[in-house]
Amino acid sequence: MYDKTIAEQSRALTRGELSSVELTQSYLDRIRQFDGDINSYITVTEELALDQARAADERRASGDAGAMTGIPLAHKDLFCTEGVKTSCGSRMLDNFIAPYESTVTARFKDAGAVMLGKTNMDEFAMGSSNENSYYGPVKNPWDKAAIPGGSSGGSAAAVAARLAAGATGTDTGGSIRQPASHCGITGLKPTYGRVSRWGMVAYASSLDQAGPMTRSAEDAAIMLNTMAGFDPRDSTSLEHSVPDYTTTLNDSLEGLTIGLPKEYIAAGLDADVEKQIDRSITEYVKLGAKVKEVSLPNAGLCIPAYYVIAPAEASSNLSRFDGVRFGHRCEDPQDLMDLYLRSRSEGFGEEVKRRIIVGTYALSSGYYDAYYRKAQQIRRLIRDDFLDAFKECDVIMGPNAPTAAFDLGAINNDPVAMYLSDIYTLSVNLAGLPGLSVPVGMANNRPVGLQIIGQHFAEARLLNIGHRLQQVTDWHLQSPALI
Amino acid sequence: MQWETVIGLEIHVQLATKTKIFSGASTAFGAAPNTQACAVDLGLPGVLPVVNEEAVNMAIRFGLGIDAEINQVNVFERKNYFYPDLPKGYQTTQLEKPIVGAGHVDITLADGSTKTIRIHHAHLEEDAGKSLHEDFHGMSGIDLNRAGTPLIEIVTEPDIRSAEEAVAFAKKLHAIVTTLGICDGDMSQGSVRFDVNVSVRPKGQEAFGTRTETKNLNSFKFMEAAILKEVARQIDLIEDGGQIIQETRLYNGDTGEARSMRSKEEANDYRYFPCPDLLPVMINDERLAKLKADMPEMPDAKKSRLIAQFGLSEYDAEILSADQATAAYFEAVVTACDDAKLSANWIMGELSRSLNQSNIVIADSPVTATMLGGLINRIKDNTISGKIAKEVFEVLWQGECNSADEVIDKKGLKQVTDTGTIEAMIDSVLMANAQQVENYRAAEPEKRGKMMGFFVGQCMKASGGKANPGMVNQILKQKLDG
Repeated sequence: MYDKTIAEQSRALTRGELSSVELTQSYLDRIRQFDGDINSYITVTEELALDQARAADERRASGDAGAMTGIPLAHKDLFCTEGVKTSCGSRMLDNFIAPYESTVTARFKDAGAVMLGKTNMDEFAMGSSNENSYYGPVKNPWDKAAIPGGSSGGSAAAVAARLAAGATGTDTGGSIRQPASHCGITGLKPTYGRVSRWGMVAYASSLDQAGPMTRSAEDAAIMLNTMAGFDPRDSTSLEHSVPDYTTTLNDSLEGLTIGLPKEYIAAGLDADVEKQIDRSITEYVKLGAKVKEVSLPNAGLCIPAYYVIAPAEASSNLSRFDGVRFGHRCEDPQDLMDLYLRSRSEGFGEEVKRRIIVGTYALSSGYYDAYYRKAQQIRRLIRDDFLDAFKECDVIMGPNAPTAAFDLGAINNDPVAMYLSDIYTLSVNLAGLPGLSVPVGMANNRPVGLQIIGQHFAEARLLNIGHRLQQVTDWHLQSPALI
Repeated sequence: MQWETVIGLEIHVQLATKTKIFSGASTAFGAAPNTQACAVDLGLPGVLPVVNEEAVNMAIRFGLGIDAEINQVNVFERKNYFYPDLPKGYQTTQLEKPIVGAGHVDITLADGSTKTIRIHHAHLEEDAGKSLHEDFHGMSGIDLNRAGTPLIEIVTEPDIRSAEEAVAFAKKLHAIVTTLGICDGDMSQGSVRFDVNVSVRPKGQEAFGTRTETKNLNSFKFMEAAILKEVARQIDLIEDGGQIIQETRLYNGDTGEARSMRSKEEANDYRYFPCPDLLPVMINDERLAKLKADMPEMPDAKKSRLIAQFGLSEYDAEILSADQATAAYFEAVVTACDDAKLSANWIMGELSRSLNQSNIVIADSPVTATMLGGLINRIKDNTISGKIAKEVFEVLWQGECNSADEVIDKKGLKQVTDTGTIEAMIDSVLMANAQQVENYRAAEPEKRGKMMGFFVGQCMKASGGKANPGMVNQILKQKLDG
């Protein structure tokens, strides 16, 4: 059953064809068998998972089960989980046992889902390859020489390798969509404010958003049903009604207008990736959609704007890791300055330090107007570009990344090249829009995903569009050779 | 050379909300360290702030109380710096768009004239925790109970010209925030703290001198002393050919010592930016109108009314309107006795002296307004003399009785007003002092007044102070003068 979708597992559990304990055990066995190599988990909570599975089976027997009851999930290791290590992929939090539960994981707990463990990630969600983890890189299950993408690389790899039925991820600049794309799975970044950030360790607060990473769009809809909704503890979460995302999955795509930004076909876009994207759009035309060229004139500015705003917020968000109250503290500090300097120098990795320094600089007196304020202005332009484009189309489609997954170590020493690989995903976060990645084929034997960008709160429509493609194609059903 | 002092104040006022500005933890003072700090106050990874709307309301009320503009869209920002008692590594405060815009506070000077002190703005922010440097042998303890306590920081224009004006302003501000009920006003526990910016310039010069800032003064007395000391230091330094360095200074109220804490060069770059975890605070017209309708009578209005309604002097009215509790007490006494002048005199005299001696606030006075009103009633109807009234007050203060009538009754202090009794008493006094009576009668009429005092004193003494002094005087005069 580990190879089935959440929807199928849920039906099987309902029909009594298997128990959550059996299902959970099968994933735990696979984790033991394969994850030593893939490295998608930082922590596996075996006992807790089996306890939760037993509770889920009882709950199902008592007739009080929902779609998520008994489904084994993996959570990105930046959701605080009470009593369980929450490391954020960092040495800084290697010793941090969260004393409280994030809203996202609490909602899954309440729904009766099982937590298999916490997944690997780029340190503090900063990275596009999952190579910036204190716990080592994650391998792409499709090709172990390749990166899985980042920062939710562990979640993507775990779902792709069938080491979890589904996973949570977070996306600040593409960290759900890009690894989903690279690992041949489905990933949704919801509208900013759709899912509560309470208990999600912050990277860049105005951009961070949690979402599901699954085998299919239908599974993403099932998970989002549990995740989405207003949370009084998150001032940026929005009081917008939550539909049942599964009920509109089969809606017709007749008359759907797909916008194709001319700026997206740029130099650097891999020809094989482009081909897979074109072919998937042809599928949509067959399903009744129309195609229209649109323009996002400021699209190219998303990289400089993002790499000012996100590090600026991060430099402040990560100030609390000072060795005083929790997290890494250096041995035998001589005085306060020594405590700060060594705790932070030892606790943070290179990329985190780089972004703290960049962000600190961007906010400094005398530079604020030139960097931070300017970046915020660009952010508004980018958002306006999208809103203008949506006057002419319903959704925008394009790639998630210029290439399929690159090799581990290939550009890890070239931060700018790494940043440039985010060009297709960053602007969606800057505009606060929802974006879905669905698998649409292979390039050089590595998966390619199609990015579908919608208007604010258009998650139901995006999932519908993704689901309809998955009714006529089987890319999402294919599994890596190791399975 | 003649020097002019220029002072601007920054005042931190702790708001009297039940819970913290961004979390549900209690703000009560004095709990065991770190027992009133929740996950948000500790700055744990993943926590988020939610604005306490009551704190926002209190800040709005302050703005309305000083005739300020309320910025209906205002923004929280982060002020970034590292300190162990600042859990998040930044303080959430307001900078570019504070909740309260320009306003003013009017003060009364010694000569009775009024001066307007302009308020530049006031903003909402969170307090930090406390570092405890004793008891930990080379380490510091951190108590985060205070972290996240809501404050408004009020910033004046540099309109103040002397320590005296600064104190008058500080007292007025104290009256405003306590009248509004947005602060408990307890300065000994840091509920109101003053930072003073002081500079001097030659009289007549327009440009400001270099200023210093002395932080965290928590009493009117310390503030006055710190200003006087700093002004003298600056003048001495300049007159000796030195230069003032822009710096932050500390004043120790207990020792009266002041020292430099850090210079401008050592100042942090706080890297302010809008807090991305909080949306701009939006205050709609309806909310503003409701808060306006709920405003209490402010000290200036109360003072005017006390003068108009009760015929009080400017001076009495100023003192009685200085805080909500005193004003309420006064009005309750007047209601009980219907004599504003006597009420004012007793509150500002006997009561105020006793409160100061025992170091208690008027709200906790053992002599309630009803009791004092009752006492004044007995003075008015001649049941007791003013002198006996002080004795009665003392008994009431000690808590031995519940009303003036009870004291008078128990202690037999009722004034003697029976003509026959007083006459008999006078006759025996005159008989016992026959020689003085003769002297009196032989004396020139001009000298008799002074001699009369002797007989009055003897009669009052004989009555144990209870004889009505007016009647004693009148009857004595008749008997002596024939």
